[in-house]
Amino acid sequence: MTDIRALGIDVGSTTVKIVGVDAAGNLAWHLLEPAEPRVEDQVTRLLDIADREKSSDAKIPLVATGYGRGLVLQATRRVTEITCHARGVYRELRHGGTLVDIGGQDSKVIAIDPQGDVLDFAMNDKCAAGTGRFIENTARRMHVPLEQMGPVALATTAEVLISSTCTVFAESEVISLVAHGAAVEAILRGLHRSLIKRIVAMIRTVGLVSPLMLSGGVAQNPAIRKMLEEETGAPVILPQHPQLMGAYGAALMGL
Amino acid sequence: MSLSNEINYRVNTTIGKAALRAVRWQAERQASNRWKTDYLAPQLKIAPRTKELIGRHYLEGQYANANAHRKVAWATSGAPTEFLKAMDFYVLYPENHAAVCGTARRVEDISTEAENVGYSRDICSYARTDIGAMLSGKTPVGKLPKPDLLLACTNICQTVLLWYRVLAHHFNVPLIIIDTPFIYTETTDYAVAYVKRQMEEAVPIAEKVAGKKFDEKKFREITRLSKTASELWSQVMERGKHRPAPISVFDQFIQMAPIVEMRGEAYTVDFYADMLKEIDERIARGVGSVKEERKRLLWDNLPIWYRLRYLAEFLAERGVAIVASTYTNAWAELAPMFDPQNPFESGARTYLHPILNRGTGYKLETMKRMVKEFALDGAILHNDRSCKPYSIGQIDQRDRLLRDADGRGVPALLLEADHNDPRAFSEEQAATRLAAFVEMLE
Ligand code: SF4
Repeated sequence: MTDIRALGIDVGSTTVKIVGVDAAGNLAWHLLEPAEPRVEDQVTRLLDIADREKSSDAKIPLVATGYGRGLVLQATRRVTEITCHARGVYRELRHGGTLVDIGGQDSKVIAIDPQGDVLDFAMNDKCAAGTGRFIENTARRMHVPLEQMGPVALATTAEVLISSTCTVFAESEVISLVAHGAAVEAILRGLHRSLIKRIVAMIRTVGLVSPLMLSGGVAQNPAIRKMLEEETGAPVILPQHPQLMGAYGAALMGL
Repeated sequence: MSLSNEINYRVNTTIGKAALRAVRWQAERQASNRWKTDYLAPQLKIAPRTKELIGRHYLEGQYANANAHRKVAWATSGAPTEFLKAMDFYVLYPENHAAVCGTARRVEDISTEAENVGYSRDICSYARTDIGAMLSGKTPVGKLPKPDLLLACTNICQTVLLWYRVLAHHFNVPLIIIDTPFIYTETTDYAVAYVKRQMEEAVPIAEKVAGKKFDEKKFREITRLSKTASELWSQVMERGKHRPAPISVFDQFIQMAPIVEMRGEAYTVDFYADMLKEIDERIARGVGSVKEERKRLLWDNLPIWYRLRYLAEFLAERGVAIVASTYTNAWAELAPMFDPQNPFESGARTYLHPILNRGTGYKLETMKRMVKEFALDGAILHNDRSCKPYSIGQIDQRDRLLRDADGRGVPALLLEADHNDPRAFSEEQAATRLAAFVEMLE
């Protein structure tokens, strides 16, 4: 039993996250699952779990975010990931600056002012270039576990240039590089570099204000953080649960 | 023209016009609505008349040269067509026709006809739509009259130059090109003289096609009507300064057809005079186009024709009114340049100055002025995949709007889409960007 006063649910393309906050806005409870094809059923099930978890019977606000927010029929409010990530991260890190959120199928760069308000944002274009999918696809293809992608890339200093920004084309480029005998580590390093270059271009359109903050699932990848620091020269800081920041921000908006 | 042709033309157009009038009467009585009225004011009372005017325009076109009654010219939207009208040409604007295809959601089908024979999807979707219509005969307006003459003016883009060559080749008719030197900062007298001379030299070519003498007096009168209609349109735009704004830019997109394709006509002047009256009545009653207007925005670039209603409702639901746009303003801002007493010279000057023929700095200044004068909270810059000349510079323009040196910077959103091709529009992603932008304004 937990003291939960508001719930936030982030229905992403890869994972679904649900967070409960207490009256003071602390992250009190959470669950994270791979996204299922039937969003409505999954959401209903997660809400049932949350209902059993919370200590009081009172009805509490539920704020939905993520690309599937429209499918959360029980939501009392729907807010975009941009606003929610900014809210969650600001609350935890207490910092204005530039927030980079790399998600499964879209990435965002958000300028946050010292008061925590969103000043400007940029999102990746109409395709999956510059998103987590870029790394995920190759991981599957090369039989490297997703969590190992970053460490493997960092295990070498050699780097192969990946020129395609398109996720699908990059995958075929990687396959042909492997066929030509390039080292897997160097390819993966190049792959991360390519992703980071896309992200840095987005950072430039919004303008870089130090520090850089990272949220979203891909933030856990150590190569992303390291290369982002290398490419921008700015320190990168992370919240404790980068992946939950959207849902956390959503829950905070419900309070 | 023989008597039987004349009778044929009159009978057909009279019956058609009567039918269109009946449709308008019915629409007026039912106050039929294009929008969801929970968040938006009912559509303007004048709206059925716009529909009727457009219908009549295409109806006249259908019969114009079928029986050698009138000669038909196809012209670009920014072309100096007044001198053609002075020779009684029926003028058709393929860009408008393409937009009609856009609002009727026929572009995918029609444009594919052009793509199938090799026209790239990177070409402007207006051009692809019209070339597709030309090749297949597909159109939502019944039938398009074949051109007897083509008039392309490069003051909007270079696409039209190549596009009209394709038309000239296909229809095997003369093509007049009016070349308008790009204005980086200010125009020069020799640029005006150069355009004027091209217009003058075009007259005998058009006379030959028309089989009619050019009537200078009529030219002056048509120029006067164009000027008056543009002035009225300009006042329509100005009314957007009221809070709440009596009409939105979405209304303007719908009501702008006459100023583009029927300028130089007396009924167009009457139409905008009446529209202005209706808008003033709205102001007097305090009616806003968006019922709960909380935020006011600017729209840059062409409309997204196939999603007008979706966008109008999406924004209105969130209390956002779009009240000024560089696009609808393009047919207003040139009004003062027309001089009916000096139609060639002033025409040359006027048609040199469309926003697309001027440097990107001019558009930035226009937007900044609008932000101030219309008391705007932000701007949406439609990044139009098709219209390169309109979209170039938007990244920097967005940046400068945001960080205005006078400290009056406003948030600005770059919205990727295409004005006519729905395949270049991703609704889910556009919705997230728009919603996030509105949240940011709160
Ligand atoms: S490129 Fe732009 S200006 Fe040229 S025809 Fe297309 S929409 Fe019009």
